[in-house]
Amino acid sequence: MYRYDEFDHTLVAERVATFRRQVRRRLSGELTEDQFKPLRLMNGLYLQLHAYMLRVNIPYGCLSSRQLRKLAFIARRYDRDFGHFTTRQNIQFNWIKLDETPDVLAALAEVEMNAMQSSGNCIRNITADQFAGRARNEIEDPRPWCELIRQWSILHPEFSYLPRKFKIAVSGSSNDRAAVKLHDIGLYLRRNADGVVGFEVIVGGGQGRLPYVGHTIREWLAKEDLLSYLEAVLRIYNLGGRRDNPQKARIKVQLNALGPDEFRRLVDEEWAAIRNSTLLAVPRAEIERITSYFADPAWETLVDSPATLADQRSADPAFDAWYRANVVPHRAPGYAIVNLSLKAPGIAPGDLTADQMDKVADLADRFSLGELRVSHRQNLVFPDVRQVDLALLWQELQSLSLATPNIGRLTDIIACPGLDFCSLANARAIPVAQDIGRHFAGSASLEDIGELSINISGCMNACGHHHVGNIGILGVEKNGQEFYQLTLGGSSGEDASLGDRLGRSISAAEVPIAIEAIVTQYKTLREADERFLDTYRRVGIDSFKDSVYGERPERRRAAA
Amino acid sequence: MGLIRDGRLVPDPFTDVSALEELPAGVALIVSFEQWQAHRDALLAGGQPLGLRLNSDQPPQLVATDLERLAVIALDFPRFRDGRAYTHARMLRERLGFTGEVRAVGDVLQEQLHFMQRCGFDTFEVQGPDPEQAWRTIAGDHTVWYQAANDARPRALDRRTSPDQ
Amino acid sequence: MILANRLTDGRVVFLAADGSWVDDIAAGALTTDAASAQRLLAQARRAEDRSAVLEPYLIGVRAAAGARRPVSFREGIRAAGPTIRTDLAG
Repeated sequence: MYRYDEFDHTLVAERVATFRRQVRRRLSGELTEDQFKPLRLMNGLYLQLHAYMLRVNIPYGCLSSRQLRKLAFIARRYDRDFGHFTTRQNIQFNWIKLDETPDVLAALAEVEMNAMQSSGNCIRNITADQFAGRARNEIEDPRPWCELIRQWSILHPEFSYLPRKFKIAVSGSSNDRAAVKLHDIGLYLRRNADGVVGFEVIVGGGQGRLPYVGHTIREWLAKEDLLSYLEAVLRIYNLGGRRDNPQKARIKVQLNALGPDEFRRLVDEEWAAIRNSTLLAVPRAEIERITSYFADPAWETLVDSPATLADQRSADPAFDAWYRANVVPHRAPGYAIVNLSLKAPGIAPGDLTADQMDKVADLADRFSLGELRVSHRQNLVFPDVRQVDLALLWQELQSLSLATPNIGRLTDIIACPGLDFCSLANARAIPVAQDIGRHFAGSASLEDIGELSINISGCMNACGHHHVGNIGILGVEKNGQEFYQLTLGGSSGEDASLGDRLGRSISAAEVPIAIEAIVTQYKTLREADERFLDTYRRVGIDSFKDSVYGERPERRRAAA
Repeated sequence: MGLIRDGRLVPDPFTDVSALEELPAGVALIVSFEQWQAHRDALLAGGQPLGLRLNSDQPPQLVATDLERLAVIALDFPRFRDGRAYTHARMLRERLGFTGEVRAVGDVLQEQLHFMQRCGFDTFEVQGPDPEQAWRTIAGDHTVWYQAANDARPRALDRRTSPDQ
Repeated sequence: MILANRLTDGRVVFLAADGSWVDDIAAGALTTDAASAQRLLAQARRAEDRSAVLEPYLIGVRAAAGARRPVSFREGIRAAGPTIRTDLAG
């Protein structure tokens, strides 16, 4: 993974020193809250229901064991012994003190981590496919490009006071695991007709109160044009994004108001003026320098699918069930990608205790060349595990409750912190996830149900990505009570789609029952290997509506 | 409040009348875009140095053909969160070739001065009792920059490949 | 009663009768008429201006069996901590 050089270290250290001064000026009253708030947000510090919450960047989801140990230290020393992994591959701590934040940032800087621009109306953490560089059939590793974009975006003098937040995601695989089309800018690494790898540029995706799937505004962009093109898009947004209404201030609103063609024309016009600017050209030497950090590790030369593994699988059904659910093929023979499920039944999705962090760091050193990934579905990944080590690793993960065989399945639920933590929330999300998890615990039924995503948000800001869950759950408040609105048919992949509203909102207690009804209906209707999403797209919403809310009145009348 | 140039408090030779009804004669003025449109010829005939104060929704392209007659363009930040003027400053310099004074006015906070300067502003109406101290406080905040802007500061990636920068 | 976040650590605090800010809802100043509620709010806003607290506002509080609880569910969570981790109160 990327390692800071003297310039990166200096920039982060200077940022910490500046923020230390800004905190001092706030505490003394020299700065009002109104003046301080954007500065605090640009260093990742929110004021929430219980205390300040600090959001720490995990750039494009890449983490080292050393960094994870530092996160454990921070959780213990400055917080309440746990952290929460988010849908943007970041980690959040919920009880950080303002007057200690500069010390926390200094501790993070020691391990090349930071919280710069993890919040605020600026460019946020660049996210990526959690299997980057390891999955089979990847066109190209997105991580070097993520690092290039990250540096370009940090403390950009022109784009630090945008109309609203700005999120960028990159994928190098034909299987989009990074929700690329739901970002302000999404990038797919693609080959053109001549076989040259470049970027498809998608703009204007986003969730929240006004969800949109992004539009491709450029089918193929040469790599050398990446920064100039991004600069053109950001400039059009900075000038033309709405500033009168925060709920209409994202680029998705601007693009859809203008229409994709007009938006593209404005970008191209600006881009023509800066395309050949030396200010935005990236020397080949720098691209090579960054790329070298992501070179393949010194994998051993191993036999793929060794006999020992097959024996272990047939000897132990529980190990085999975990293997089928949580282990993914790796491009190096004899290796595997391992998902660590942070979705044990009854656990708050995405949470990890300080003790677990330390132990996972040790396991990463033993089994995964000292590196991990964070997925936007709030799980962790060991990207480089030898297949012969899988059985032993599985036992270790079981002892940490990180081996629930549910990746990509019904209980692999995304849940935002919700009303338990977040001042924006209308309802709680975590208890709903816990209830569903307990209701459906038991891997045999999960495997039979197959691929199914449930995403839960506690308010319309959609940090739980409910619009793109196969089943989406949105918490709402009615007369002081929590209710939940369900949607069906969302997807965050290449075939991105927004879910359709199922019907009137239901109580928390009714949610697991409704899921049960939906799942039963799916199993009744499915053909061949159809996933839930496939069946839904084939048959539509009506029979699912009936299964949850009962027969429609017309039908009852007709039968009478 | 005071006008800062190169870190020093400097006298302001201009009178900003953009919010006033009357345009006094015989004085260097900064006028609004509307005043410029209404009184352009008279102002030019007056022989005094002239400046324009643009709101954040008035892109400098509006006055592209008049720039060579203007000594100063004041770009307003109505609220410090409104970041359009950062782009307007760059456009003035890089697209329209303006070589006069670009002044930051309005809700200009100490913590934004560095970004403003990088975008091509050369003077700043800084609030508070000690504008020079405000400038000194932030002047040393940055010695590494990842991206280029409208200044001569080298990008980190250029310093990596040419260590002498 | 007035609820706010303390500036230094962001914790939820309540305005007490002596003008100090306390962690425990039991020690917060409770009023029952609109005029004194407005006086408390004015006092809280002065504390906000002095950068002692952030975002103070009035909340309804129910007193039952000697224990006080905010009327609203949301303020109840603010006072007692996340519902999923009762060990993390306060």
